[in-house]
Amino acid sequence: MEVLALLFDGFIVALEPLNFILIVVGVTVGLFIGAMPGLGSVNGVAILLPMTFLVPPTSAVIFLGAIYYGAMYGGAISSIMLGIPGASTAVATTFDGRPMARSGLADQALIAAATASFVGGTISVILFTMFAPPLAEVALRFGAPEEFALMLLAFATFIGLSGDDIPKTFFSILIGLVLSAVGLDIVSGEPRLIFFDIPGFFHGVNFLVLAIGIYGIGEILWTLETNKGEVEVSTLELTLKKFISGFFRLKNAISTMLMGSFLGFFVGILPAAGATPGSLMAYGVAKTMDKNPESFGKGNVKGVAAPEAANNSASTGSMLPMLTLGIPGSPTTAILLGGMVIWGLEPGPRLFTDQTEFVWGLIASLYAANLLALVINLAFIPVFIWVLRVPFTILAPVIFILCIVGGYAPTQDMHDVWLMLLFGVVGYLMRKLDYPMAPAVLAIVLGPLAETSLRQSLIIGKGSPQIFIDRPIAAAIMACAIILFILPLVKLISAKRKKSSSN
Amino acid sequence: MRRAELVMAVIMAIVSISLMWKSAELPIGWIPREGPGGGAFPFWLSAGMLVCCIWIIVRWFRGYFDSYGDTLYMDKETVRVFLTGAVSLTVTIGAIYLVGVYGAIPMLLIFYMKFIGRHTWPLTIALAVAFPVVTFFFFEIALTITLPKGLTEPLFYPLYDIFL
Repeated sequence: MEVLALLFDGFIVALEPLNFILIVVGVTVGLFIGAMPGLGSVNGVAILLPMTFLVPPTSAVIFLGAIYYGAMYGGAISSIMLGIPGASTAVATTFDGRPMARSGLADQALIAAATASFVGGTISVILFTMFAPPLAEVALRFGAPEEFALMLLAFATFIGLSGDDIPKTFFSILIGLVLSAVGLDIVSGEPRLIFFDIPGFFHGVNFLVLAIGIYGIGEILWTLETNKGEVEVSTLELTLKKFISGFFRLKNAISTMLMGSFLGFFVGILPAAGATPGSLMAYGVAKTMDKNPESFGKGNVKGVAAPEAANNSASTGSMLPMLTLGIPGSPTTAILLGGMVIWGLEPGPRLFTDQTEFVWGLIASLYAANLLALVINLAFIPVFIWVLRVPFTILAPVIFILCIVGGYAPTQDMHDVWLMLLFGVVGYLMRKLDYPMAPAVLAIVLGPLAETSLRQSLIIGKGSPQIFIDRPIAAAIMACAIILFILPLVKLISAKRKKSSSN
Repeated sequence: MRRAELVMAVIMAIVSISLMWKSAELPIGWIPREGPGGGAFPFWLSAGMLVCCIWIIVRWFRGYFDSYGDTLYMDKETVRVFLTGAVSLTVTIGAIYLVGVYGAIPMLLIFYMKFIGRHTWPLTIALAVAFPVVTFFFFEIALTITLPKGLTEPLFYPLYDIFL
């Protein structure tokens, strides 16, 4: 019952005029960003985070949370109408969304996507409300060794579960951590990694510089390259009659939406997994469970409902470890976590006891954002389809400019703008060779926290790493992390054995 | 594509070594009863980066990337798109020192919209004027973050008098 009272208080915060307006604006901006091919929640949150310095931290995170939700809804629009995923999280939506649009059922696909997103969002936020307080309570007992073990586990999930190239993933994590070490040594206060004695390095490398570089500049370079050709927007006729019958036809897809919602939530909690694999898995499960799996890929509405429910659900799921443990569950939440540090909030389980207004205001805003996203999405479908026609020759310079001023704003140092350009260009060139970028962003956000908790642990343990084994919770988390680290190695060896035995 | 893998791994190996060398300016060893020194964290992480690069290079020589065949890392069109983006951004950021943010923003917009996108002049001018105005009010007035103005600084004195 206490949870309900807190949630009620949260609604009072979320429905304050400023916060409510920010939810509406955030959802709308998110829908636009999501609808633009190639851009997703992470790009929107990274590029727009500096703009939130205008409002108090609670309102800022509510705004960014609304963008996150809106973008998850919006991603489906370009997947269905263009056949190009609005974001990687909406890749699975193209499989059946595009064939449906091709056969004149674009309206049906869009309604299915929006409804499924709403179901996913609602179920996940209820699960979140149930799971977050007890998890935060357990996490309150965590000290520095447990915190460090958790961060190690977050990195281990990238190695063990992401499926990306192992040395390249390791490299990405390590370079993110090294960049986070630039500036002043946290214990002795001595300058560290000050290249060519450039004064700009003394204040460290702000995580936003890397995030905007990669998700702003790098992403646009990538999008410009992948969208060189002409794209064809499907036609859409939407009448009220079609609209209502569209809803009724979704009866058969209810169980698929529920499956996608639960699956998405739990996959979303894992830092390396999140909305993209969550939606792909939900698509796979929906196809296997269906009586008529051959119809998938040819325009089955369940093929749209499953991934859309899952990606929205996963986005809420990824907030669970961020708010309760201080470990982001996705690149977007990594940026939100970094934002919280800038706003002066200390991430971790203490948020639930020290910043109840912030935490519950955010949770309540997710309920509101979810409902508003559904309404705005369905009411303004034609407007969002118009966005798909905005040419990149307008979009690219606008986003470049937002990156430049956004990169400058936090530190007001041109040095950071140059650094951002460098990260954007190098990040793009590395991405072309399949170096994953998300681990680097996660690492630069967690780096300072990881180093502090490691060194604090070692000071508590009088310099001995034995402390990570002596404390049972830390030891258990460490053991999980080590298993995930060696999992790919075991797979590799067993694959080689199989190969040699079959030869 | 194959060659690009090797070149990238070698460049990143050099970056890793220079990071190690730079980290070693602080103690990188174990300080008794305290734990690692100030440079240890970045030093050993950079060493890890180097190991990853060597791992990739060794795989390259063992033929791991042969499946790429002769595919190009960047075809001519991609190089053109990439250079247009990267060079125009570099010039814009460089121009900020001279003509300030409010001079550089319209330059980039006009370049992309008119010379690459071939949009109409009215649309181009409308955005090239509206964008700096919105930026000014948002950053300088609402957020009170002063953006660099270069030589155009004196032009803003009257605006400061009115709004600040």
